[in-house]
Amino acid sequence: MPKSLFEKVWSAHTARTLANGQTQLIIGTHLIHEVTSPQAFGMLRDLGLKVLMPHRTFATVDHIVPTDQLVEPYSDPLAQAMMDELRKNCAEFGITFFDRATGKQGIVHIVGPEQGITQPGTTIACGDSHTSTHGAFGAIAFGIGTSQVRDVLATQTMALGALKVRRIQVNGKLRPGVYAKDVILHIIRVLGVNGGTGYAYEYAGSVFDGFTMEERMTVCNMSIEGGARAGYVNPDETTFAYLKGRPYSPKGADWDAAVTRWKSFASDPGCRYDDVVKIDAADIAPTVTWGINPGQGISIAESIPDPTKTTSVDEKAGIEEALAYMKLKPGAPIKGTKINVAFLGSCTNGRLSDFQEVAKYIKGRKVAPGIKAIAVPGSQIVALQCEKLGLDKILSEAGFEWRAAGCSMCLAMNPDKLIGDQLCASSSNRNFKGRQGSTTGRTLLMSPVMVAAAAVTGSVADAREVFAVN
Amino acid sequence: MALAKITSVSGRAVTVPGNDIDTDRIIPARFMKCVTFDGLGEFLFYDVRKNADGTDRVHPLNDARFKGATILISGANFGCGSSREHAPQAIQKYGFKAVIAENFAEIFFGNSVTLGIPCACAKREDIAKISAAIEKDPQTEVVIDVAKQEIRFGGQTIPATFRETARDALVNGRWDAIGELLDGIPAVKETAKKLPYLAA
Ligand code: SF4
Repeated sequence: MPKSLFEKVWSAHTARTLANGQTQLIIGTHLIHEVTSPQAFGMLRDLGLKVLMPHRTFATVDHIVPTDQLVEPYSDPLAQAMMDELRKNCAEFGITFFDRATGKQGIVHIVGPEQGITQPGTTIACGDSHTSTHGAFGAIAFGIGTSQVRDVLATQTMALGALKVRRIQVNGKLRPGVYAKDVILHIIRVLGVNGGTGYAYEYAGSVFDGFTMEERMTVCNMSIEGGARAGYVNPDETTFAYLKGRPYSPKGADWDAAVTRWKSFASDPGCRYDDVVKIDAADIAPTVTWGINPGQGISIAESIPDPTKTTSVDEKAGIEEALAYMKLKPGAPIKGTKINVAFLGSCTNGRLSDFQEVAKYIKGRKVAPGIKAIAVPGSQIVALQCEKLGLDKILSEAGFEWRAAGCSMCLAMNPDKLIGDQLCASSSNRNFKGRQGSTTGRTLLMSPVMVAAAAVTGSVADAREVFAVN
Repeated sequence: MALAKITSVSGRAVTVPGNDIDTDRIIPARFMKCVTFDGLGEFLFYDVRKNADGTDRVHPLNDARFKGATILISGANFGCGSSREHAPQAIQKYGFKAVIAENFAEIFFGNSVTLGIPCACAKREDIAKISAAIEKDPQTEVVIDVAKQEIRFGGQTIPATFRETARDALVNGRWDAIGELLDGIPAVKETAKKLPYLAA
């Protein structure tokens, strides 16, 4: 019987069925970072347990690292304590740690792929919701809580019920100036922030076939914002070409065997899906969020929703709450909304191609006066790649501060924060209240090139006009 | 590891209204700068509960009538956002033993069950009945009967659902999977042999 990638990976990793009907699922690759792992190691010690397969857990530090201070001790003693704790835990339990000194540190979801640790047909877990990013390689990747981090450390498994699979097919051609970020913001807008509950999303169609790995990662990254537990793209030649020669990729004869194996995991033609959604690429426009969840997005040409224009009580309340927080006017065009901060970075859009695309358009332009603009590469390797190409110079000359790798203002657990009710054009993935470090701070999610257009004009703008994209 | 069989939870309740209450709201990220979960309780809903100067804002959890409530009631898609276990940990450390909502975000639900916190789903109109009852009399005892899948309060009974695997895990004392997972290690090692990428 034809099977989906999800079913094949699931069954290959099933150790046994538990008493309550859940599966004891092997998690082949475990990624950890400083925020959600220390308590798990604490639980291990309390229970007197060891790490079952230390060679299958990889650590890095991303959330709390300052992007403007490289020398320790960090000025925030709590951040330093978390750093020390991770170092200690990795040393004690024999876990590979991509610390800053290795030159391979970065946001965990950028490090895994760039090291070749993220591979097709595997299961991956990390105590971080954006683990879905790794699905871009045809892996089944889950964000998990700290108790499950403990479970994976101790048993290399976790208890999980199977998911349904929804195939989201995006066919046709994206219009110029429309990016992977717009594709996922559009999908979330159409299906809702909890439309994915109980599902893994399989992204497919000609748009995904043509996407680079970095674009696929951007979409898979935000599966969680659509409520899906995981999201993936079937592995193909693009996937294999990306992985070839990476530090943890198989080598020599092992490589050929691995590719054969990886191919066998791709969904079979004619396999059954629990749901299929079709989206026409031509319907997708540059998208911007105006509210306090990632589903509250509109195209750049649209106006901010008016709560009096909806018949749904729920929607009305949602719009009212969002507008009150966002201090935006119902019915006004989103275009022209003044911003204060521009943030380029995060595990959604902090990769080489994101900075390349911005640099291409912003070269010779200047960030509008009074706008704070920061560019934060997702990893030390991304930083180096950009610097080799001189992208850091182009961005700096335009007025962006070029920072060191980390999560930075995506969730502002480090010193990069909004102040007061600043409005930020952000290439990150979440626009929740207070997300960017100020309890009244406001976030508009958009693609990196749209962030650049907002930075240059000082207000939300159509990048296609600002940069004459056509 | 013997775990308590959580067949029912009872106590006074408080409603924190709203849909899509996300994990950043439940526990703002800056309070996640910690290496243990102890002490998280006091930061539950911090930014909606406190002013910048630390004084109280108007919020159900600051309402003296509902002090000591052990059941939290909310709207749809409760706990959406991040996978941070800090969210259910903060809820538990604050003193809540169970949550009632229209429905829950996936990861939050799973994390809560692992901590032995039943997450009961009920219909919106039924939740409104509980909220009305406790608003009228904050002393109303609310009983979440996990085994029978119902919620009882002030002489009324409404149906509740828990997702079968979670209900089973709670009532049979299997909500923290670690014991069972450890028992399965021989099976894990067998299956792992067939997965080349796991080789040391
Ligand atoms: S960049 Fe943002 S979303 Fe991604 S792992 Fe870091 S904090 Fe989480």
